[in-house]
Amino acid sequence: MDSTALIVTVAGLGLAAFVLWYFFFSARQTASAVSTSGGVQEVAITVKGGYSPDVIEVERGKPVQLSFYRDEENSCSEELLMPDFSIRRDLPAFKTTLVELLPQQAGKFEFTCGMGMLRGSLVVK
Amino acid sequence: MEPATKTETLDIEGMTCASCASFVEKSLSRTPGVQRAMVNFATEKATVDYVPTQASPATLKEAVINAGYGVVERPPDISAAERSAEIDRQKALAYQKLKRRFGVAVGLALLIMPLSMLMLWPAMMQRVNMQWLNYGLLFLTLPVLLYSGREFYESAWNGFKHRAANMDTLIAVGTGAAFLYSLAATVVPGFFTSRGLMPEVYYDTTATIIALILLGKVLELRAKTQTSSAMRSLIGLQAKNARVVRPDGAEVDVPIEQVQLGDLVVVRPGEKVATDGLIMEGSSAVDEAMLTGESLPVQKQAGDPVFGATLNKTGSFRFRVTKVGTDTMLSQIVKLVEDAQGSRAPIQRLADKVSAIFVPTVVVIAILTFVIWFDLAPVGTRLPLALVNFVAVLIIACPCALGLATPTAIMVSTGKGAEHGVLVRNAEALEKAYQVNTVLLDKTGTITRGEPAVTDFWTLPDQPTSQLLQVVAAVERQSEHPLAEAVVRHAEAQGGASLSATGFRAVEGKGAAATVNGQAVLIGNRRLLADEGASLSPSLITQAEQLLSQAKTVLYIAVAGQAVGLIGVADTVRDTSAAAIKKLQALGIEVVMMTGDNPETAAQVAEQVGITRYFAEVLPADKAGKVKELQAEGRIVAMVGDGINDAPALAQADIGLAIGSGTDVAMEAAGITLMRSDLNGVVTAIELSRQTIRTIKQNLFFAFIYNTLGIPVAAGLLYPFFGILLSPMLAAGAMALSSVSVLTNSLRLRAFDNH
Repeated sequence: MDSTALIVTVAGLGLAAFVLWYFFFSARQTASAVSTSGGVQEVAITVKGGYSPDVIEVERGKPVQLSFYRDEENSCSEELLMPDFSIRRDLPAFKTTLVELLPQQAGKFEFTCGMGMLRGSLVVK
Repeated sequence: MEPATKTETLDIEGMTCASCASFVEKSLSRTPGVQRAMVNFATEKATVDYVPTQASPATLKEAVINAGYGVVERPPDISAAERSAEIDRQKALAYQKLKRRFGVAVGLALLIMPLSMLMLWPAMMQRVNMQWLNYGLLFLTLPVLLYSGREFYESAWNGFKHRAANMDTLIAVGTGAAFLYSLAATVVPGFFTSRGLMPEVYYDTTATIIALILLGKVLELRAKTQTSSAMRSLIGLQAKNARVVRPDGAEVDVPIEQVQLGDLVVVRPGEKVATDGLIMEGSSAVDEAMLTGESLPVQKQAGDPVFGATLNKTGSFRFRVTKVGTDTMLSQIVKLVEDAQGSRAPIQRLADKVSAIFVPTVVVIAILTFVIWFDLAPVGTRLPLALVNFVAVLIIACPCALGLATPTAIMVSTGKGAEHGVLVRNAEALEKAYQVNTVLLDKTGTITRGEPAVTDFWTLPDQPTSQLLQVVAAVERQSEHPLAEAVVRHAEAQGGASLSATGFRAVEGKGAAATVNGQAVLIGNRRLLADEGASLSPSLITQAEQLLSQAKTVLYIAVAGQAVGLIGVADTVRDTSAAAIKKLQALGIEVVMMTGDNPETAAQVAEQVGITRYFAEVLPADKAGKVKELQAEGRIVAMVGDGINDAPALAQADIGLAIGSGTDVAMEAAGITLMRSDLNGVVTAIELSRQTIRTIKQNLFFAFIYNTLGIPVAAGLLYPFFGILLSPMLAAGAMALSSVSVLTNSLRLRAFDNH
C-alpha cells in the first residue's frame, strides 16, 4: 500500500465516521412549545430540507397547534405525516399549514415527510 | 317570524387582560343590530350574532376599533374542495416545472452522450483537441446541473444543515463527485498526466443520471396524483349551490356556503341534493351510491333523511336542512378517509426503521467502496474505478421505494373502499381484517333487517284476501306501533286502493280497533279478540300455532265480531345475506352467528343462510364474552354488528365491522364501517384488505430485494468473480424505475372490484 492509498484509507474511514456521528449521534435542535393564554401550545416549524426545530416538546393533555411553514418547492417535503395522530397533510410551498392535535399519552411520536426521509419528533411529557 | 340572524367570528387583537375582553364585548353588544356578543379572551375571538339588515361585518369591526382594539383579517374559511383545488393547482405547476427541467436535461444529455463517445473512436480523436472537447462538454453539462439538477443540491444542503439526509443527498453527492472529478480533469489535466493517469471526464454520467432521475420523478409524480384520485372525486361530489325557498316563497339559488340550518331547499329530478336534511314534502328515488356503494336508488318520502352529494332521480321534493359544512355525511366520510390515509400500518414498522437510517448508511457504504477499490485496484486505474463504483452505490440506492411501499397502497385502498361504501378507520384495521379467519355475525340487524316485516297473511277461505289487507291497513295506518308499520308497509307494497278508518282506538298492549266501510275491525293479539268476544275457528288456531312455532308474532284480525284471518310478523333475513355468507366461506372464513333468540329460531335462520355454528340465547351483555370465547380457540375474529348495542363486542373483536343502517358514520368502536346495510360489505372489506396487504407485501419485498441486491452489485461485489461492474448510468435507470414500480403496483388496487 503506497502513501496515497494510506491517505485515502484514513481519510475515507474518518469521513465515514464523521457521517455516522453527524447524522446519528450529534445533538439535535430541541424546542419547547409556547403556551398561549388560551392553553394552546404553539410551535412554529420551518420545513426546508428538514424540520427546524425537529424535536418538539409539548405537554400532555393540552391542545397543540403546529404551524408548518414550507420554505421550499422541493417535492420531498410536500407531504407531512404524523401516523400516531392519523394526520396526512399536504404542505403547500411557501405557505403556513396549521396542524392541530391533542396529545393524550406521553411518549415520543415521530413525524415524517411522505416518504419517511425527513424526520422530526414530538416529545409529549 | 323573527328576523334571521347571522353569526360572525372576529379575531380580536390587542387584548391584554380579561377586562379588555369584557370591554370589547360591551362595545359590540351596543352596536345596533347585534343580538348577542361573546368575547373569549383566551382564544382572542369574538362571536357575534347580528341581524344582517342592521349590522354587517364592517360595522362590527368598527365597534371593535372604536373600543381601541383591532380585528385581524382572516382569509375566509375555504372549503375542502377549494383547498384541494388550490393544492392541485400548485402540484400541476410543480409538475410543469419538473417536466421542463427534465426536458432540458434530456436534450443536453442527448448531445453530451455522443460527444463523449468520440473518445472511443481513435481516428476521430486525433483530429479533435481533447482539451477543447472537454470544455465543450463542461459547458453543456453546467445547465443540466445548475438548472435541471439544482433542486437536488439545494435539498441535500438544506437537509445537511438539519443533520438529515434524503434521497437528494445521494444524488447530489453522486453526481457532484463525478462532476467535480471531471471539472478537475478538464481544468488541470496536467495534475493527472503527471501521475500517470488519463484525465478522463464523466460529464455524460453526470448529465444522464440527472436526466434519468428526473424521468423517475416525472413518472412518480404522475402516479402519485392517482393514488388520491378517489379522495379527490369524493371531495368533488360536494354540491356548489342550493335552491333555497325564502320565507316569501321565492326560490333562490345560493352558494352552498350560505345555506343555513333550518333552510328549506328544493330538489328537482336529476339534481344533486345540496346538503343533509329531512324531507318535508314530496317523494323521490335517490341515488346514494356515492356515499353507501348501494347501486339501487333508495325510495324517499316525507320524514326520510337525505344526504348531500346524493343524486335525486325521479321526483322532486323539499327538505329542511339539518346539517351543513363539516357536519354533513360527505364531510365525515372525507374526514374518515383522510384520517385513514394518514395512519400507519404495523406492517410498515420495519421499513420505517430501515428508511430512518438508510441514507447515511448508504453514504458510509459508498465511502468504504471507494476506499476498498482505491486500495485494491491497479494503481493506474484505481481512481476512476473507485469513483465510478462510489457514484454507482449512491445512485442505485432507493429509499423512496421503501417509503412508498405501504402508504401508497393504503391511500389507494382506503379511497377504493369509500367508493364501495366501506370506510376503514385506519391502516391497522385493514391489516387486522386481512388476518381474520372467523366472522361473528350478530343476527338481528345484520343477517336480518332488524325490523319486523309481514311474512304471512292468512285468511279464512271465504274472505276477499286483498281487500281485507287494505281494511287492516286502514286501521293500522293510524297506529304508531312498530308491528302496525310493518302491516302498512306490506299492504302498500301489495298495492290496491287504500281505505279510511274512523273511530280508531288503541288498546294498550293488545292491539287496535276502528270502523272501516261501516264494519268494526279488530287487529291485535289473541287477548284482544277474546276481550271483544270474537271467537276463533279451529283452522285459525292451527294456523296460528304453526306460525308461533316458527317464532313469528301473530296478529289476529276480526271483522264484525268474527275472526277472519291472521298476519305473521317476523324479522326477515336480508336478501343478500345467504350469498354474502357463502362468499365469506369461499374465502376460507368460518362464519358464526350469535343471537338472543331461542335455539329453534336460531337454528332456522342459521340453516336458511348456510351457517353451521351459532350461539343462541346470548344476552346483550354476553356478546363480548362470545367474541372472547372464539378468540380463546385461537381465532382471529371479525365481529359484525349494528354498532349501537354491539359496541363492547365490536371493541373486543380483533376487528369490528359496524353495519351503519343507512348512513350513520359515527361509530367509534368499529375499525371498519359499512355504509350499505348488507353483508356484502363484509366481503368487500375482507377482499379489499387481502388485496391491499398482498400489494404491500409485494412492494416491501421488492424494495428490500432491490436495495439489498442493487447496492452490493453497484459496489462491484461481482467484479472479482465475473468481471461485472455496474455503470452509474444503469444504476440511475434502475433507481428511476424502482419507485415507479412500487407506485404502479399500488395503483393496481384501483382496479379492485368485488363483483
